[in-house]
Amino acid sequence: MHKILLIVKREYLSRVKKKSFLVATFLVPVLFVGMITLVGYLTAKQGELGDKKKVVVVDESGRFTGKLKNASTLLYTFTCNDIVKEKKQFIDSGYDYLLYIPASLTGIQLLGEKKPNAFTGSNIEDALTGIIRQQRLLESGIDTAILAKAQKPLVVKSLQFTEHGLKDSQSGVAFAVGMAAAFLIYMSLFIYGSQVMRGVIEEKVSRIIEVIISSVKPFQLMMGKIIGVGMVGLTQFLLWIILTITISTLGGSILMKNSEKAQKARMEQVRSLQKENGAAMTVTNGDTAAAASDDIGMSTILSGIDSIPVTLIVCCFLFYFLFGYFLYSAVFAAVGSAVDNETETQQFMLPITLPLIFTFMMSQTFIINNPDSSLAFWLSIIPFTSPIAMMIRLPFGVPAWQLALSMFLMIGGFIFVTWAAARIYRVGILMYGKKASYKELAKWFRYKE
Amino acid sequence: MLSIRNIVKQYANQRALDDVSIEIEQGTIFGLLGPNGAGKTSLIRIINQITAPDSGEIYFKNEKLIRNHIEHMGYLPEERGLYKKMEIGEQILYLAQLKGMEAGEARRRARKWFEKLEMQNWWNKKPEELSKGMQQKAQFVATVIHEPELLILDEPFSGFDPVNADLIKTEIIELNKKGATIIFSTHRMESVEELCHSIALLNLSKKILDGKVTDIKGRYRNSTYVLEYEGAQITNTAGAPFEILESAPAAQGYRAKLKIQPGGRLNDVLHYLLPLVQLSKVEEIIPTMNEIFIETVSKN
Repeated sequence: MHKILLIVKREYLSRVKKKSFLVATFLVPVLFVGMITLVGYLTAKQGELGDKKKVVVVDESGRFTGKLKNASTLLYTFTCNDIVKEKKQFIDSGYDYLLYIPASLTGIQLLGEKKPNAFTGSNIEDALTGIIRQQRLLESGIDTAILAKAQKPLVVKSLQFTEHGLKDSQSGVAFAVGMAAAFLIYMSLFIYGSQVMRGVIEEKVSRIIEVIISSVKPFQLMMGKIIGVGMVGLTQFLLWIILTITISTLGGSILMKNSEKAQKARMEQVRSLQKENGAAMTVTNGDTAAAASDDIGMSTILSGIDSIPVTLIVCCFLFYFLFGYFLYSAVFAAVGSAVDNETETQQFMLPITLPLIFTFMMSQTFIINNPDSSLAFWLSIIPFTSPIAMMIRLPFGVPAWQLALSMFLMIGGFIFVTWAAARIYRVGILMYGKKASYKELAKWFRYKE
Repeated sequence: MLSIRNIVKQYANQRALDDVSIEIEQGTIFGLLGPNGAGKTSLIRIINQITAPDSGEIYFKNEKLIRNHIEHMGYLPEERGLYKKMEIGEQILYLAQLKGMEAGEARRRARKWFEKLEMQNWWNKKPEELSKGMQQKAQFVATVIHEPELLILDEPFSGFDPVNADLIKTEIIELNKKGATIIFSTHRMESVEELCHSIALLNLSKKILDGKVTDIKGRYRNSTYVLEYEGAQITNTAGAPFEILESAPAAQGYRAKLKIQPGGRLNDVLHYLLPLVQLSKVEEIIPTMNEIFIETVSKN
């Protein structure tokens, strides 16, 4: 035990003292916060920064002239010219698109030199549909008050039955928390697992390995390395969290002022749009609706966070991070021991990383949308995939027995995999110049001590 | 000191050690010899408990070999290496602690060795900043710092220039005088003659020869002598107590290599020759370890 501690200490200190560790630890949060800020900024300023498309409209129906309002990325110009003429002069006109609305309203076309982006078409469709619907309703003699009422959106609140009665369940927040946790685990398994592998290769290549295992057992060396690198990972995570919080609080207070201004400006815009848009809608109506929807947004996020079992998630995150890391890094160590240099690891990497990549891809699409499906269940039970799959499922609520089974199998899987990896490792570290094949590995596995 | 009894080690499709038994006396320098692939490294790894034998036993100071014994052994493998990015001093302390030494004591002894081998300035250097010979010296210190009772050196002089090889040789002899038993695995037979008290020769996984160097050499004497003489050239004649193997003119007179007939003695030869020629030199040809090595291995 004492010797494992010595190894852990060396593995930990030799990595933490490296310049690259310091650089990564301090740079990543800065880059992370910077990136988030930049994305947020660009999204907020999309209207100003994004290029505006000029659309010339030939409206034969006369229903839209003057009613189709400029949107953030679309500027409409109406023309009285007929479509044949417009088509002819379009290329030199300087417009990006030509919107042709026939009198019959069927066969509306958007013409342009370039393909419109994904949203342009649907934005125009939505705007036209909105206008025509309103007009048709008004034409049929509908009361403007009823129309205003009919256009008010409904809010659906999702509630969950729990032991403590009904609770708010906000799947948006659950979604985000699950994704973040799964992503962190996915990344760290790769980063720190391959650090273990590189450490093993380094010892093998530099030939110090034989001296060391004449003092300690290969298993002690392997475990010492895995624990040491794992502690480096925890340290780095902790520092990242602290630094990210610090930087974002500092940056946040500055950003807040800006965003408040932006918010006000946007509200103003929305209000004026609504005013013009719904001729029948009263100003006060639009105002309250906007304010109300804003309120709902904030409170749902807050109650959403409330609805998630934070302690459970944090504990499970630590559990799955550690055991997932132990499991995979043992495999990485075995691979490192079997090769003479890093390029040879390729053939073994794919089968190791495949379950991780598969689970991660599934988690982004399938599991997060169907957290209680049987595929999600199995992925969150099998030790190789459960660290990611379970983290995705947890915020949506997982029965206790499933969590217990998953954890039990995780520990069992960790013990078995470490045992198997150690059997390959102890032989591999002393083998040089032998091209390791799977057959060879199986042979090593069966060797007596 | 070390009793190796009937060790068998089988790898997948080849037998690395086949019923090998060797006794190593306390306080000797023991040469473990053999061509490449004979099983030397396999045996050394078993003694170091890096691998375990399939059958057979090893006794260390009359106790069956257990894990704790490795703290009393020092091992310098043939393929050497240090952590490239770790300071030499730290590295030696780390290896010493892995051998069970307490940190403070390890530091004290390391300093002493650094002074002795004139490497004081290297403490904070990383191996990548040092020459290969310097790294070897550092590794030697790491091997002996915990004052092992049994020191296993695999080709200890490879990689050293003649000056440093001599320095290391002196240290090895001194450690031996202080009581360390040394197992010395090498191809270089001249250093075997110089250092080793006893040897064992492995070939094709089997021990084919062992014993005290002087005894082995004695066993390989085959009654051949070199004579230098003046006078008429002697030739093989019936009734002579010897057989001439080679004969050639020398600077003065002739030089002959002859083998005494079975059962004969040198005195008989001299008695026969004295009336015939003027003898200037008579010397027995004792085979070198190198010759014994080659002869035994090729016969095997």
